[in-house]
Amino acid sequence: MPGQDIAVVGFAQSPNVRSSEATTNGVEMLVPIFHELLASTGLSKEDIGFWCSGSSDYLAGRAFSFIAAVDAIGAFPPINESHVEADAAWALYEAWVKIRTGEVDTALVYGFGKSSAGQLRRVLALQLDPYTVAPLWPDSVGVAGLQARLGIEAGSWSEREMAEVAARSRAAALDNPHAQLSGVVDVEQLLAAPYLADPLRAHDCAPITDGASAIVLASGERASQLCERPAWITGFEHRIDSANLGARDLTTSPSTSGAGRAALNGKSGVDVAELHAPFSHQEIVLRQALQFGEQVRVNPSGGALCGNPMFSAGLERIGHAASQVHSGSAGRVLAHATSGPALQQNLVCVMEGSDS
Amino acid sequence: MTATSSASIGSAPLRAPLDIGFDYTRSLGPLLSEFMTGLAARRIHGVRGSDGRVHVPPVEYDPVTAEALTELVPVAAEGTVLSWAWNPEPLDGQPLSSPFAWIFVRLDGADTAMLHALRVESSEQVRTGMRVRVCWAERPVGHITDIACFEPANGPASEQPAAEPGEPVTMMTAPVHLRYQHSVSAEESRYLRGLAEGRLLGQRCPVCGKVYIPPRGACPTDGVPTEGEVELPDRGVITTFCIVNVPFLGQRITPPYVAAYVLLDGADIAFLHLVLGCDAEDVRMGMRVKAAWRPREEWDTTLRNIDHFEPSGEPDAPFDSYAQHL
Repeated sequence: MPGQDIAVVGFAQSPNVRSSEATTNGVEMLVPIFHELLASTGLSKEDIGFWCSGSSDYLAGRAFSFIAAVDAIGAFPPINESHVEADAAWALYEAWVKIRTGEVDTALVYGFGKSSAGQLRRVLALQLDPYTVAPLWPDSVGVAGLQARLGIEAGSWSEREMAEVAARSRAAALDNPHAQLSGVVDVEQLLAAPYLADPLRAHDCAPITDGASAIVLASGERASQLCERPAWITGFEHRIDSANLGARDLTTSPSTSGAGRAALNGKSGVDVAELHAPFSHQEIVLRQALQFGEQVRVNPSGGALCGNPMFSAGLERIGHAASQVHSGSAGRVLAHATSGPALQQNLVCVMEGSDS
Repeated sequence: MTATSSASIGSAPLRAPLDIGFDYTRSLGPLLSEFMTGLAARRIHGVRGSDGRVHVPPVEYDPVTAEALTELVPVAAEGTVLSWAWNPEPLDGQPLSSPFAWIFVRLDGADTAMLHALRVESSEQVRTGMRVRVCWAERPVGHITDIACFEPANGPASEQPAAEPGEPVTMMTAPVHLRYQHSVSAEESRYLRGLAEGRLLGQRCPVCGKVYIPPRGACPTDGVPTEGEVELPDRGVITTFCIVNVPFLGQRITPPYVAAYVLLDGADIAFLHLVLGCDAEDVRMGMRVKAAWRPREEWDTTLRNIDHFEPSGEPDAPFDSYAQHL
């Protein structure tokens, strides 16, 4: 492999739980997964060239909460470190760029969030335009409901198809020991449940989840030494749509289409995709945007509908997709992460085994 | 910021409500200033985009071409619902306190949808395509909440005529108040429960052996939780200090006073506390101090149980004895 090739060589996550006893600085969730990740790759913290994290002070209710999280690393001697106030999938992007500069050959990326500390759907209103929208405090479930109805009434999807996404996700999550929700559920039963926020039912909305995850990236030969079957990143792109919710077609996701086209770069035939869809209809938007056929296995982990730790759920998608390559059960995988209201910003990471 | 401490003493990590708030003031810039000035007079403006579409609320830059937009266009205070979602449990700060519908409404004369609240009794009364109109706030001030909400446009309209625009509105205030349940770590909980008994409990890092008070979920040097229990005396040495002469909001003591790092005997990490009991000018590095506790009946799971530190009268500690802890 040439020096600039970069692969995911390790992934670890904390269990997705409704409410953790951990502090909002994530230390209690991060310490065990750092140890697990370093042990599985045989690396020590001194071997890591760059550390990068994703989290949010609004979730923690305190300023500079990511600084306290650095304690979990044991940052002595001083480390090379950065942070994004976004899902850690974007921190992974920063680390990938950092390795491409040639300055470092390994990076450890982590994301964490204790969503249960505050009122999540209210806190997320602060992502909206601060002049004309956020002062009304539109909650995340309400905004998603507006998006869902647009698609239902346009015939782009139905409440039944949304329930089918939820049922398939819960069933897939039976194989994921870290999932918050899993089980065999009947679509008719789901549809018989009352609305949570018409047109959304509880199964259409990701649960409130506390959690953390971490990934190790390495370049070239280093990656091959650390992992038997590295998940080589062959495309990594992110795009954004207008912040003005009323001015874009919320039943489509041009930014996902654009990021997907650029990341796949003409390749077709994805075996497995992990899509970060916090609401059931959003998975349908994403599948349509990425033009997936029936052969693509979507969200074998159960996806965000079975556990949505804020600021690491996107990174977790990349970790689960990479694990499919590590285990040899997939050749080419696609992972997606989203940020902002109603799928505003989208990132696509395509990974392959060296023999695919 | 205000925090109240919880009296729940058990073995689980301690938690307490944490309510934080700030009133953000934002300057509006020319376009939003004109929009808000219009709202204060019960008039709504959109802005014409590069493609001719009229955006309401106005956007400063075209979402497609990024061109700066300047042409304001008056639009109606009545429009059509394009989508809706029922909100059965309104949250603090939302436009209505009883259940309502979030709507995307396209005002007559506009091409894009505005997100707002529709006041109806139940979700049965909402449908896409219905006509709705603005209910103005009683006293509009030039803020998006001057549009108090929307209501179905089938009844007689209340008398809320538009006025002539007044003084330009150039600033807005956006209060943000958030409530959290703040938890401390298991290690910090032991320490806080110790304080409630008048004890100072530290822990040791199993790797570097340093004694931390408060103990920590991770030693910042080694990344592992501190362990065991190290009871420390309530006296120590001032490693460094600062004389506070500047008054500030929320200050509890009249300046000048001394904030100092106090290194308890046997600890490896100093903590910040207040030094009283001598003139500020007499405080010095190496000065020996002891804790002045509040009356026992006021003790809680907080370091406030120590009101301040004061000189102990012992000879100063030699510099070398604390040089490693600066």
